[in-house]
Amino acid sequence: MEATDPIHETVNAVYLSESRRVLATLIRLLGDFDAAEEALHDAFRAALEQWPREGVPANPRAWLVSAGRFKAIDGMRRRKRFDPLDEEAAANIAVEDPAAWADQEPVEDDRLRLIFTCCHPALSPDAQVALTLREVCALTTEEIAQAFLTPAPTLAQRIVRAKAKIRDAHIPYEVPARTDLPGRLDAVLRVIYLVFNEGYAASSGAEVTRHDLSGEAIRLARLLVALLPEPEALGILALMLLHDSRRAARASASGELILLDEQDRSLWNREQIAEGTRLVERALPSRDAGPYAIQAAIAAVHAEAPTADGTDWAEIVGLYDVLARMDPSPVIGLNRAVAVAMRDGPAAGLVLIDAILGRGDLADYRLAHAARADLCRRLGRTADARTSYERALTLTKQEPERRFIERRLAELSK
Amino acid sequence: MKYLCLVYMEAEKLHAVPDRECVNCGVGLRDSGVLIAAEALQPVETATTVRVRNGKVSITDGPFAETKEQLAGFYLVEARDLNEAVLVASKIPPAREGSVEVRPVRELNP
Repeated sequence: MEATDPIHETVNAVYLSESRRVLATLIRLLGDFDAAEEALHDAFRAALEQWPREGVPANPRAWLVSAGRFKAIDGMRRRKRFDPLDEEAAANIAVEDPAAWADQEPVEDDRLRLIFTCCHPALSPDAQVALTLREVCALTTEEIAQAFLTPAPTLAQRIVRAKAKIRDAHIPYEVPARTDLPGRLDAVLRVIYLVFNEGYAASSGAEVTRHDLSGEAIRLARLLVALLPEPEALGILALMLLHDSRRAARASASGELILLDEQDRSLWNREQIAEGTRLVERALPSRDAGPYAIQAAIAAVHAEAPTADGTDWAEIVGLYDVLARMDPSPVIGLNRAVAVAMRDGPAAGLVLIDAILGRGDLADYRLAHAARADLCRRLGRTADARTSYERALTLTKQEPERRFIERRLAELSK
Repeated sequence: MKYLCLVYMEAEKLHAVPDRECVNCGVGLRDSGVLIAAEALQPVETATTVRVRNGKVSITDGPFAETKEQLAGFYLVEARDLNEAVLVASKIPPAREGSVEVRPVRELNP
């Protein structure tokens, strides 16, 4: 069949728009990831054969689910050696009410089931990320391996193991009950944010951003918001959009890192800022607004500021206070200290940073030393600035960051 | 679906949870039909490891692997899925002092 064939194009388009939904439902019906993937491919193969003859069905998704299901039952029967358990499974699959997959709601539930199962806390964080990108986002194993700078066989092995654990330990294919939702949603949000950060600020390698992963994380968050508009889901989508809006301004043409206060704000993506800000306004009033929504609110204050000096630093310090109450981590303390330095001057910020470093927290955190160096530089304490930049330099693994610190060090010598 | 919940504790914490509490937990699980079997174990110093090599039995003192935490007891439970098994495991009193490893039981395929 020619690739330009209109039916072929239709099948491709349906694959792009529906394959994840069909897969999510087939996993529920067949109770097994591998069987569902095989059935999905069989269903699309059948579509390529039958749709040119019989026309495109009115509801392609229902057709594909049905076709996949029957192919799977066929497969079980053909394997002959099936034990009573398989016969029972086949019977169960066969009696499933066809209305169940023509209906919109259960289908969307299936997509949520798939997300929550891939992000189940009984799977390792690495496996959660790999499985989510593979099953929910339809990235290939090779694409995921490349994005995470991991050998493809390692990644494939990770996915195989995760699927085996889901099957053998009976991780249920379900949306968590309301009482379990906060914890389980956290795991999903963590996966999304990890994917985003891997794309946005690769912790190693020469590129500052790996666009595909950030885009994938934003797509995933959009899906989550559509299916489950919890305040923290809105919050994480807003946070990622607001960070992503600065993409074009974050690095120079030669790939050099540009800090927030030196960025050309006309390069910021206004559309993303508008959408992010709207989401923050939706999320913030809820009493379930959490760390992601607050961080998004902070990013929104930056986004609204015409210049670095024109930023409402008091508002930002206030939001960090709220954040620190929710999550009293030293990294949040560090960010708060930087905001205090902007509001009250570098000396005030330095006192706070030295207190955090004095407690031994963040001793190996490159950004803590870089922030200290910057405040010392602004106070004219050149020797202290140099020591802290040098410490940051030994801790960074990211090439553009290294060059940035080296530039700062060179400027100190002038 | 059966799960074995293996309770691990550090030696000095073996008696941190009163026996009474463990008994009550077992009774509760048995009454709700979840529990198949449960026992607490003597400390690891009483363990003997048995191997058969070339038909010859060898026994050695102690456990197979030395770790900080030792196996202190087990609960064999019946649960619908891993979520339910984890819920049961989280109610086992020693979980707050040590840790509980939840392992699905593999049905033998003779």
